[in-house]
Amino acid sequence: MADKIRLIARLDVKDTNLVKGIQMEGLRKLGDPNQFAKQYYEQGIDELLYIDIVASLYNRNNLSDIVRKTVDDVFIPVCVGGGVRSVEDVRHLLSMGADKVAVNTAAIKRPELITEIAEAFGSQCMVLSIQAKRSRTWPGKWEAYYDNGRAHSGYDVVEWAKRGEALGAGEILLMSVDNEGLQRGMDLELIRAVTEAVHIPVICGGGVGCGDDIVEAARAGADAVACAAVLHYGKETVPELKEEIRAGGVEVRSV
Amino acid sequence: MKVTVIDYGLSNLRSVQNAFAHCGAETLLTSDPADVRSAEALVLPGVGAFRDGMAGLEKLGLVEPIRQRVAEGAPLLGICLGMQMLFDESEEFGLYPGLGFIPGRVVKIPAQDVQGNPQRVPHIRWDPLYPAGGRTDFAGTVLSGVTPGQECYFIHSYEAKPAEEADRLADTRYGGRDVCAVAAHGNVVGCQFHPEKSGPVGLSILSQFLNVCQK
Repeated sequence: MADKIRLIARLDVKDTNLVKGIQMEGLRKLGDPNQFAKQYYEQGIDELLYIDIVASLYNRNNLSDIVRKTVDDVFIPVCVGGGVRSVEDVRHLLSMGADKVAVNTAAIKRPELITEIAEAFGSQCMVLSIQAKRSRTWPGKWEAYYDNGRAHSGYDVVEWAKRGEALGAGEILLMSVDNEGLQRGMDLELIRAVTEAVHIPVICGGGVGCGDDIVEAARAGADAVACAAVLHYGKETVPELKEEIRAGGVEVRSV
Repeated sequence: MKVTVIDYGLSNLRSVQNAFAHCGAETLLTSDPADVRSAEALVLPGVGAFRDGMAGLEKLGLVEPIRQRVAEGAPLLGICLGMQMLFDESEEFGLYPGLGFIPGRVVKIPAQDVQGNPQRVPHIRWDPLYPAGGRTDFAGTVLSGVTPGQECYFIHSYEAKPAEEADRLADTRYGGRDVCAVAAHGNVVGCQFHPEKSGPVGLSILSQFLNVCQK
């Protein structure tokens, strides 16, 4: 188990709005992503994760302006994903202020991209994003999806994570499509399976409804947990979540 | 106060500039050796591989100007890879020489913790700073605004091993071992973590660096 966890706010963006859905469907507009980002920073979030959730459909990432504005006065790591297809796309997002990029669709279509990004900017910039869905055809396994959980790759999630590490990924962003947005706890079996298979840090997401869910994820091996709905709807604040995490016996940054 | 930030093609420079702006300093982003030679204070940021970082500095003709300006007494702050390049050499992808301001070598973070259990590499965490090199606090140093135990954001696969204990200003702990977090030698100081990404604690370190520069 991880003895200390990073708490990450995941901000899914469509056009210029923060949005949130359930199992990646039925999106609701919640407001200006920069305002949410600033608020979470002031509350003591450890990291921000922006995903342009329609980028893959349009083959481009539209987050440049939002990221540039965020890093004016938010001084924590920022990871950006959605529609990242080339070394040039990464260079552009890093120049806008991103510290790392999360790549899903383009890495599934062309796995060498992982190596190209890691060689150009270092492994620490290259986060392999995996959307995992329990497989109906392979009992006890998960399949990697892309295009926001709509398209399936035929890749076994655990094998894909190991291959991603071997190709140069510095971190894995593991989202459970099944649990996403439900706020009823995380897929702990998935977390165990992937964190035991790789040696790089794993950010886990999908299903956080309270601090105890994060404690369980840490016990299952998660190095970081990405939260969305629980924060965006104001159900809990960052300090409240952190207090629950500490009460559960897991360390988290004190601010 | 103007801080000269060295651009050799490998860094998230916007964040470094924004953080210094927040601390009230003007920044000059440059790859020009002449700017380095006349700098009041130098910042060497960096992400990526050691070999590529040194190759970038050499290609731009920046190694000698940096050495000359530091020898003349200008303060230099290295961040992450920029901190590692302050040392004699690194084992990343073979043995490559660094700038040689701080005696010591940069080595891979072990794949096992002190008890022999596998540990994550890269080390990506917010981890605390503790006084090192025989110090009991951070008074009179670039970390004077930091309370021992406050956390900063680390993201690295290699770590610096200073040859002289006295050059270790702060350590953190990972996998049960001490890891050099801040090294200092004369007018040169390096942070393994990213102060520009470490919230108010990191900003306090940049502010104190500016104070030291103005003395």
